[in-house]
Amino acid sequence: MYCLLKFASLFLAVSVCHGWLFGDFVGKQKDLDEISLWPQPQKFQSSAVAFKLSPVRFQIVHAKESSAGPNCSLLENAFRRYFEYMFGDMKKHEKSRKKVFDSDLVELKVWVTSADPECDGYPSLQTDESYELSVDGPSAVLKAANVWGALRGLETFSQLVYEDDYGVNNINKTVISDFPRFAHRGILLDSSRHFLPLKVILANLEAMAMNKFNVFHWHIVDDQSFPYMSRTFPELSQKGAFHPFTHVYTPSDVKMVIEFARMRGIRVIPEFDTPGHTQSWGNGITNLLTPCFSGSKPSGTFGPVNPILNSSYEFMAQFFKEISAVFPDAYIHLGGDEVDFNCWKSNPDVGKFMEQQGFGTDYSKLESFYIQRLLDIVAATNKGYMVWQEVFDNGVKLKADTQIHVWKERPQYQDEMAQVTAAGFSALLSTPWYLNRISYGQDWVNVYKADPQNFTGVCHSQIKIMWIYLDLCFCSSCCFYFVKSPKISRFGEKKTTQRLFTQYTIMLCMLELTSFKEKKSCEVC
Amino acid sequence: MAHTGTYSRCLQVWFSLVVVSVPLEQVEGVWPLPQQIHQSADRYSLSPQLFSFTYGKDSAAQAGCSVLDAAFKRYFSIIFPDFTKGAENGLHYLWPEPKPFVVSVSVKSRGCDGYPDEDSDESYNLSVSNGQAVLRSVTVWGSLRGLESFSQLVYQDDYGSYFLNKTEIVDFPRFAFRGLLLDTSRHYLPLHAILKNLDAMAYSKFNVFHWHIVDDPSFPYQSRTFPDLSNKGAFHPFTHIYTQSDVMRVIEHARMRGIRVVPEFDSPGHTQSWGKGQPDLLTPCYKGDVPSGSFGPVDPTVDTTYKFMERLLKEVKYVFPDSYVHLGGDEVSFACWQSNPNVRKFMEKMGFGKDFTKLESFYMESIMNMTAALNKTSIVWQDVFDYHERPRSKYVVEVWKQGCYLCEMRRVTKAGLKVILAAPFYLDLPIPTHSWARYYIVRPLAFRGTDEQKKLVIGGEVAMWGEYVDATNLTPRLWPRACAAAERLWSDEEKTLNADLAFPRLEEFRCQLLKRGIQAEPLFVGHCKHEYNGL
Repeated sequence: MYCLLKFASLFLAVSVCHGWLFGDFVGKQKDLDEISLWPQPQKFQSSAVAFKLSPVRFQIVHAKESSAGPNCSLLENAFRRYFEYMFGDMKKHEKSRKKVFDSDLVELKVWVTSADPECDGYPSLQTDESYELSVDGPSAVLKAANVWGALRGLETFSQLVYEDDYGVNNINKTVISDFPRFAHRGILLDSSRHFLPLKVILANLEAMAMNKFNVFHWHIVDDQSFPYMSRTFPELSQKGAFHPFTHVYTPSDVKMVIEFARMRGIRVIPEFDTPGHTQSWGNGITNLLTPCFSGSKPSGTFGPVNPILNSSYEFMAQFFKEISAVFPDAYIHLGGDEVDFNCWKSNPDVGKFMEQQGFGTDYSKLESFYIQRLLDIVAATNKGYMVWQEVFDNGVKLKADTQIHVWKERPQYQDEMAQVTAAGFSALLSTPWYLNRISYGQDWVNVYKADPQNFTGVCHSQIKIMWIYLDLCFCSSCCFYFVKSPKISRFGEKKTTQRLFTQYTIMLCMLELTSFKEKKSCEVC
Repeated sequence: MAHTGTYSRCLQVWFSLVVVSVPLEQVEGVWPLPQQIHQSADRYSLSPQLFSFTYGKDSAAQAGCSVLDAAFKRYFSIIFPDFTKGAENGLHYLWPEPKPFVVSVSVKSRGCDGYPDEDSDESYNLSVSNGQAVLRSVTVWGSLRGLESFSQLVYQDDYGSYFLNKTEIVDFPRFAFRGLLLDTSRHYLPLHAILKNLDAMAYSKFNVFHWHIVDDPSFPYQSRTFPDLSNKGAFHPFTHIYTQSDVMRVIEHARMRGIRVVPEFDSPGHTQSWGKGQPDLLTPCYKGDVPSGSFGPVDPTVDTTYKFMERLLKEVKYVFPDSYVHLGGDEVSFACWQSNPNVRKFMEKMGFGKDFTKLESFYMESIMNMTAALNKTSIVWQDVFDYHERPRSKYVVEVWKQGCYLCEMRRVTKAGLKVILAAPFYLDLPIPTHSWARYYIVRPLAFRGTDEQKKLVIGGEVAMWGEYVDATNLTPRLWPRACAAAERLWSDEEKTLNADLAFPRLEEFRCQLLKRGIQAEPLFVGHCKHEYNGL
């Protein structure tokens, strides 16, 4: 509750900022309410003083002080891309005026401030995407700690440019200071139920960048097909794809997706969902899936991955070794959702194994057994992992940095978020954003209203939904509140949770928080 | 002996395997399902180089028939999409002797330069045998339907060779009016989007394009008589309009595919955009004793309105050759009329009391008389009939309201009026694709009534209203769900009531649409050999 009060004050501060936005400026060009940036920056001040941009003269350049230079191909590419977004095809501008007017904006200087601009790196969960943008004639300055923040700033800059009634490009005097509320802003595409041609995926990455999404969750395989062409196990796609040549992603396709995404500051997190959702895997790998029985005979159909054979784990170890090498991101999504126990129940060998292990008839224990071994395998590749919420619900032991992906409508996702975060895990919310569902009318409104923090958890969990750069000045009081809280968690010991919490707070503090108050308050923590 | 026995059994097994594998190669069938179709496993290979369309000797239409010449050209590319002239297909050398294949088309009556209309005979007979196919029909419109069916019979094996099976088809439509409505007022649809949609309509044997061309939000039709209507009423006076030549192009593109174009000029409601270019047309609404500045439906109390409508309809008659014109008449809000003192005076004078439905009927009847004088048949939305169940003139009623639409069908036919059913085919309301079956299981004639009444049901219509639809999502939202309605309106209901049986055929037809460049959305999990590639 205390925390909520603090929230209220935060919102108050924001609304004061809004007042400042509509200050008294002399209207000349575009009215302020017509400038629409999407998503809305954290701090945005714009005046009606407009500058003109000439496609012939305008340039995007590296600032002198910038640690990135012409050899930073990521930025060079981005400069060209955004130039084209703003001015389209140069050819049609051949006859543009050459004369420079006082009211021209002639350049955008991009200034990367950290010693390492990360030109050749990959974005990560810890990436600082904040940037500051100031537009004032004759040149605009975009300041960011690294190339990732610069990309976000370039996107914003391109959205500020508008055409007036004469077709001339204009930009208003503007100051922006921006950073994301959440560090993980993802889109999942499913390339198993239907194959998505490469160019569709790339076009989608393009649109993601325009919306400042930064994670492409590639649900690449599932029951229906296995389009991922594995170097270690080529038979997976040979026999598991809709078509072994036309409906597959070759290693170079995958590389292309990852590089295309990197150029736009987007992480690619592949999902290889097991033990359920694996029918297509069974086509290429014999004995991987559990044979289902009808009475005392195999029925000829197969269920989830067979958790009682060592060979299953040996396969997974080899397979995930490849995956961890192919996908550079620090996280892999391991699925773990919707495991149907009927086939396991029907299989006498599985039954025997259950007995041996003392699982009784609780098949979720068997699932946990499998997942735990899988997690160990993946942990050995030095990757972090994400899992669907069932894995957490079934009480599988998870590493502290595991991300729990909440997707179910029942129980209410707000409750699930509260529980996941109370147990000290990072939570990732998808439930209200299943956009494959169809509805009528202005359905974007509900998508818009959903808020991942809209739940009442114990105080600290509010902070712990991951990746939020909250106003951490109150985290010390939350720590205090947390210790005193009687409803700390359903996962036993106060001590453990407290330890987790402290760890987490430290982690948050380690993030480079560039915006106003955070740094200071983290020091307090 | 024993040895030989095993050997022959082996052969038998081998043979039966071959026999089994042949039907797998065969196409699932034609969409919409022909009235009678018999196919056998005998298949003939087709070579693009040796394939031709010709006119039968006894055909009334011969070379120079615009509709069929264009159709031959079109269907050749549809049947052989990867055929490029001069490029030798090496695979053909694998076949010892490619045989020629001739599709001979015979038409009883010429009529190549006319337009399809409500009485057009679309029946055809198609017989595919070794080396030839014979397509017979009464009109060129029937030939078009037959060519479409023929094109759906051809398939490619895994080596890219073309085949089709021995087939006999006797076919005719169940309903004469199989329409599709596009709304170009809520969003402007670029010309190419409309033309592309006409292509897709022809693939499903739709034959009426109901062009809901203007409405409240915009007036994109560029009128010769009243250019201000689009100058001031379109979203943009130059980029967001249909010029006369655009309209002609749509009509001609449709004619080539045996599709009628029925324009809708909806009044007296749904006319906000008209008022911008035609002052004094709309009723000024009042707030107390003073005009509020806003406007309501067309003002039915002044002569200028009727003079305007007469001139507009006269233009419509010359621009749109179809004998039908849609006059709308739906959803008229009476609040503005009620607020206006002049309208109230007029009501009193006419003895309508406080019943504004009478005022609307008065207006509708006047303009329906105008169209009758222009030799056009009026279609109106059901509201007009509901307000005035004893019609003085003949018009066609389009049933659109949800609820018991069959009850309405019964009432309308009982009054002796022709009826078109649209209510269950509102495809702009999206539902998960796999519920296409809801459009499939509609039974337009399942109301109690005499045979005479049933004959008055001239067909049905798919509606794609534009509130949330523009060129970005038009095609996937329409197709393949509209195909379900197409089959309902063309095929024998008794043979096509089971959606499960129809599913594999529809799935294949959807892949066929993708191959032809129509961005039809998937019905469920799966894949097509040729995925959509138009991005």
